[in-house]
Amino acid sequence: MNRKNVYSRPQLSCLVILRILIGWYFMYEGLAKIFNPNWSSYPYLLDSKGFFAPIFISLTDYPFLVDVINYINMYGLTIIGLCMILGCFVSIANIGAIGLLSLYYLSHPPLIGVHYLIPPEGSYLWVDKNLVMLGAVLVQHFFPSSHYIGIDRYIFRKFRKTQEQ
Amino acid sequence: MSAKESKQNIDNQVTQPESKGRRDTLKTLATVPVLGAMAYGVYKKKKREHSNKVSSALFSFDAAPTIMEQQPDGKTIRLGIIGFGIRGAQLMQALGFATPQYLEDLKTQAKNDPQNTRYQDFLEQEDLNIVVNGVCDIFDVYAKDAAMAGANRKREGLNGKLDKLPTIYKHYKELLAAQDIDAVIIATPDHWHGTMIIDAVNAGKHVYVEKPLTWTVPETYLVVDAVRKSNVVFQLGHQGRQIEINHRAKDIIQKGLIGDVTLVEVSTNRNDPNGAWVYDIHPEANPSTIDWKQFEGHPQRIKEYMDYMTSSGAAKYIGPDSRDKFSLERFFRWRCWWDYSTGLSGDLLTHEYDAMNHILDLGIPASATSSGGVYFFKDGRTVPDVLQTTFEFPDRNMSFLYSATLASQFNRPRKIMGTDATIELGSSLNVTIDGASQRYKDKIEQGVIKPGEPFYRYASGKSIDALSSATEMYFAERGLLFSYVEGKRYNTTFLHLREWLECIRQKKQPSCGIEEAFAEAITAHMGTRAYLEGRTMYWDKDKQIITRE
Repeated sequence: MNRKNVYSRPQLSCLVILRILIGWYFMYEGLAKIFNPNWSSYPYLLDSKGFFAPIFISLTDYPFLVDVINYINMYGLTIIGLCMILGCFVSIANIGAIGLLSLYYLSHPPLIGVHYLIPPEGSYLWVDKNLVMLGAVLVQHFFPSSHYIGIDRYIFRKFRKTQEQ
Repeated sequence: MSAKESKQNIDNQVTQPESKGRRDTLKTLATVPVLGAMAYGVYKKKKREHSNKVSSALFSFDAAPTIMEQQPDGKTIRLGIIGFGIRGAQLMQALGFATPQYLEDLKTQAKNDPQNTRYQDFLEQEDLNIVVNGVCDIFDVYAKDAAMAGANRKREGLNGKLDKLPTIYKHYKELLAAQDIDAVIIATPDHWHGTMIIDAVNAGKHVYVEKPLTWTVPETYLVVDAVRKSNVVFQLGHQGRQIEINHRAKDIIQKGLIGDVTLVEVSTNRNDPNGAWVYDIHPEANPSTIDWKQFEGHPQRIKEYMDYMTSSGAAKYIGPDSRDKFSLERFFRWRCWWDYSTGLSGDLLTHEYDAMNHILDLGIPASATSSGGVYFFKDGRTVPDVLQTTFEFPDRNMSFLYSATLASQFNRPRKIMGTDATIELGSSLNVTIDGASQRYKDKIEQGVIKPGEPFYRYASGKSIDALSSATEMYFAERGLLFSYVEGKRYNTTFLHLREWLECIRQKKQPSCGIEEAFAEAITAHMGTRAYLEGRTMYWDKDKQIITRE
């Protein structure tokens, strides 16, 4: 096997660690919601602020939609996290993560003079942890590591092989 | 490096001969053990949380109380409204009737602020199958407004079409004599409640009356006697009976989960002129638009009041104006003078007492002491703006402490203090386990229960236990949680009126009937007399009278 990667060993290690950390974060966020029978996105949606707030708040008028949003969050976060940890279909997982993180940011933007019922645990001005996380996911999307370390390595080889045949 | 380039590199790499198959597999599955760590962490965390499930195990209840079903094809109830001041207007709004001006204002608010849904909520409010056939108010402007509200069945603003106007009666007795009225809502000043109830019952009308039940002690017996002997459905306006968390508090106490209750602490905390009864004076009010003679009161009631005040050393609290002297202040701000009012005791202590009587089945206390004074609103009022009243219930081994100020709105939740735990009732119900509890001793020692920390919380029909997230607790405290799961959010006054109407249709007993009202009235009168006389008042259970020793 060609040992000469496009990444140096420390670079690849960092990318894999970053992917596992982000994956872990997503997966446990999802699992915690699945395990908590009382969890609902309802209060979070209701507490939306900023330019898009009316859209997010209007979703709470439809219990069915709230249920759908709950499922997307519970299972979406878990599956995205699982994919990242295993290094399996990571580019699809990245797109899902970018979508969810964008929605979280847009519903709760850290604007000046905006106060949330659940106060954030840090101090933010325009940039919050969701946005930083979004940046990190973008990095791992364009600097993929799962084709070296992860199930994608196997999947893509198989895929390639099938194509060759 | 672009994604494409990197992909190419990878492709080169993964198409290498499989001589290093083992290494390859290792690279493919290198991160799988992370899942093991995740599984272990989740297992440990769940195990720890499982021990916290003790609160949901201990505090499990039957379903939350549901509201009485409206009878299909029930008969339309024809209402008469006596009194359309601040509260009368609120009661009619709760019934689905508001003046076109009021609704126009709500429409404007909704236009200016899309988040303001009050107009929409009002439109969607359930139709209670009622008509308003008669209204009466001794201030002409209010009487006309009441008629307009009664005719506004389509719930429209200023450009809307009104239905047939209800009859405006100059005197409440004419309204009571009307054949097209089945039931009346009385929202007049305190000094008229008792007399109007008796007259309404004698006229065969069902009665919903605002609290307090009565203004004088002697009339209390007459009212109770009249209602007990009649077939009318009677409801006293303590809408707190409909507060869901109070029902849950009752369940908790009945299950013995907080141990022996020795102290109940309740309060009133307000800090604005409106809350201190300094209401606006209507610009069109004058001797020609107000029937002052009728406002003065029933001669027999006035005699009972004067007899008591002069014979008990409380004459200094009479007046100071003479009763027949027209006064806009006394007309609109009548709660500030004993001549018409029952003060903090009748207006606000009664809500607190009735809530506790509902939860704890207290009945009438054995004794009452009161103290306080006019400490802030030195505007000529005779009723105190700061009041402390304690009621003793020796056969229940408990005291009831009421503390009120109209010059600070610092929030003090209702507290029911037991040997094993304390219940706090605010916008949510909170239970905190007592560190010295015997009942929970083992669990405290095991570290499963942390005394002093919120152990169980209930809000908006939802139990929140130690498993719940901080966010949920946060929302629960603000009463926001899961309101959509429980369906529409209800106004308690609407529920209380609705219950009364359904009881009329289904010939049932409402939750704040005459027995509860009797206990409320006597308790409030004991507190008032203790203040006026500056000494302890007692209840003679056998003779059913208030005594001084």
